[in-house]
Amino acid sequence: MATVVQDEKILEIKNLKTYFYTQEGELKAVDGLSYYVRKGESVGLVGESACGKSVGALSILRLIPYPPGIIVGGEIIFQGKDLLKATEEEMRNIRGNSIAMVFQEPTTSLNPVLTVRRQISETLELHRGMNKNESLQETIRLLKLVGIPDPEKRANDYPFQFSGGMQQRIMIAMGLSCNPALLICDEPTTALDVTVQAQLLEIIDDLRAKFGTAVIIITHNLGIVARYVDRVNVMYAGRLVETAPTEELYANPVHPYTIGLLSSVPRLDISKKKSLRIIKGLPPNLTRLPPGCAFAPRCDYAMPICKKEYPPLEKVGEEHYRACFAEISKLQKQEK
Amino acid sequence: MEENHIIEVENLYMYFPVTAGVMQKKVADVKAVDGVSFYIKKGETLGLVGESGCGKTTTGRCILQLYEGTKGKVSFEGVDLTKLKKEQMRKMRRNMQLIFQDPFASLDPRMTAGEIIGEPLKVHNLAKGKEYKEQVEELFRMVELEPYMANRYPHEFSGGQRQRIGIARALAVRPKFVVCDEPVSALDVSIQAQIILLLEKLREEMGLTYLFIAHDLSVVRNISDRVAVMYLGKIVEITHSDELYANPLHPYTIALLSAVPIPDPKIDRTRQRIILKGDVPSPINPPAGCRFNPRCQMAIDICREKEPELKLVGEEHWVSCHLVKSSAGIGNPPANQ
Repeated sequence: MATVVQDEKILEIKNLKTYFYTQEGELKAVDGLSYYVRKGESVGLVGESACGKSVGALSILRLIPYPPGIIVGGEIIFQGKDLLKATEEEMRNIRGNSIAMVFQEPTTSLNPVLTVRRQISETLELHRGMNKNESLQETIRLLKLVGIPDPEKRANDYPFQFSGGMQQRIMIAMGLSCNPALLICDEPTTALDVTVQAQLLEIIDDLRAKFGTAVIIITHNLGIVARYVDRVNVMYAGRLVETAPTEELYANPVHPYTIGLLSSVPRLDISKKKSLRIIKGLPPNLTRLPPGCAFAPRCDYAMPICKKEYPPLEKVGEEHYRACFAEISKLQKQEK
Repeated sequence: MEENHIIEVENLYMYFPVTAGVMQKKVADVKAVDGVSFYIKKGETLGLVGESGCGKTTTGRCILQLYEGTKGKVSFEGVDLTKLKKEQMRKMRRNMQLIFQDPFASLDPRMTAGEIIGEPLKVHNLAKGKEYKEQVEELFRMVELEPYMANRYPHEFSGGQRQRIGIARALAVRPKFVVCDEPVSALDVSIQAQIILLLEKLREEMGLTYLFIAHDLSVVRNISDRVAVMYLGKIVEITHSDELYANPLHPYTIALLSAVPIPDPKIDRTRQRIILKGDVPSPINPPAGCRFNPRCQMAIDICREKEPELKLVGEEHWVSCHLVKSSAGIGNPPANQ
């Protein structure tokens, strides 16, 4: 849990729109996304596949492949500057330096033909101007920090000589190499076993406390979010549907999608006799989004207005917002 | 064999040879399954959990005789499958089916959904003509798909729908026993719940028995009557689902359960977490003594020397640990470190 959260916003995304132009037409992967991250805070971005959580993160670093993707609007204010207006040269200075990213699949994100040492020292030499010897010392220190045993020797190994969990540690070491102000973890533990997952999340959390790095954790796993983040943003079909401090979100969810998601997850502490509740239907096709609220076709509380207009984010509590027309009192009566 | 046991596995071993050099000489064995015994009762769901590489999928495939086990006995309703001839086994397969993990790789992209679901009926000569058509339609409805979708190809379906096709194909021959190999792990959260409930409904309606293989302990708890925990090719603990989660005895089970996050910050932040050190050792050369000893916080001398046996410590509760003597567990770690 955060200890060093300050009030200053390090990152603020306003009305971000990232569209892809495909054969099937315009695909609105991110469509009016707004959220912020404070210094030293950890924020979770939760949603199912194709809800736009990764595209939203890649947009921050302007890593959307064009064509087919393009950021069509919005602002991404990082440390007071709009990244969407920055030059390519400025962006290169930011990527890996003040904003770093840990990707989902370490196996495909690491370069298989370079030693781990080469890959980590590259950023050190590029961004921190170290010479060969300094960067080697620093690489070893970083590997030790993320818990790679015997780092002096293993620095010269290739990625395939490490297990998946170890590879992800290397990715984290690489992400931290320039002391970033913001670390974006895109499904950092999804491909890994639970025991390894726990190891890695502890490492990320420790490092955050130690260095005051703000962290965005993108995941579909509501369990991970519960323990390691201060605030949670729930996304559906390219938009934010609910955002709240973690405890508030779990204790008092007020969007039908959040409520559905929470009650459809099998839980370790609930036995077989209690059955799961399901969200009916399928997530929408992003090239053919229905007018109005994208969740309306699957929603138990949908009203005629939901199919016409998109609900704006409304404040329901301290830092707690939701985008829904249904009356809160009605939602809770049925769910609790 | 006890009457209500549909499957009995006795001392099953499955070694895969590791070869090297031009002559492909065998240099070692990957001990994927290394002496496993358990039974599955008629109509129950046995969950099989463990980390990747622990041998859970291999165990499932050995039961179905998709791999010929190196050693050991697998009985289905009292018939020893390892002794059957090829043709006899082919007929036997009607009774036992498999649902695969990856709904994208397990359906032939050039067959329509109707052909995929109907193929087992043709292979086993179960239906022809009008009857065939009716049965395929019924299978579609059974997994909550619309029969008009029969002419579509797999790529036109979503992941959850494809998994439903895979389920319908497995159930087409009216099997008695189904191995579900990570059937929901490739699916989204909201779709996972739909498939779990569907599997549960079908089990009740058709009187099926499941071996449910998964790495997600929360999913397994939700669907299983009993759960077996595997580590490096061996079963370390097996008992009733509620008992396992309320009273885990093996240090590995305890650590594994503590690592699973609970989606509720109030509960999750107060739980004690045991972070296991290091990775799972290689199954080519597993550690001497208890396989878990290098990562176990409780390990004492005997754990490094002698391999523990699976012993009964409570009602249908087996544990393989030197330190666990009764269902009261280990208690405080012994001083001898």
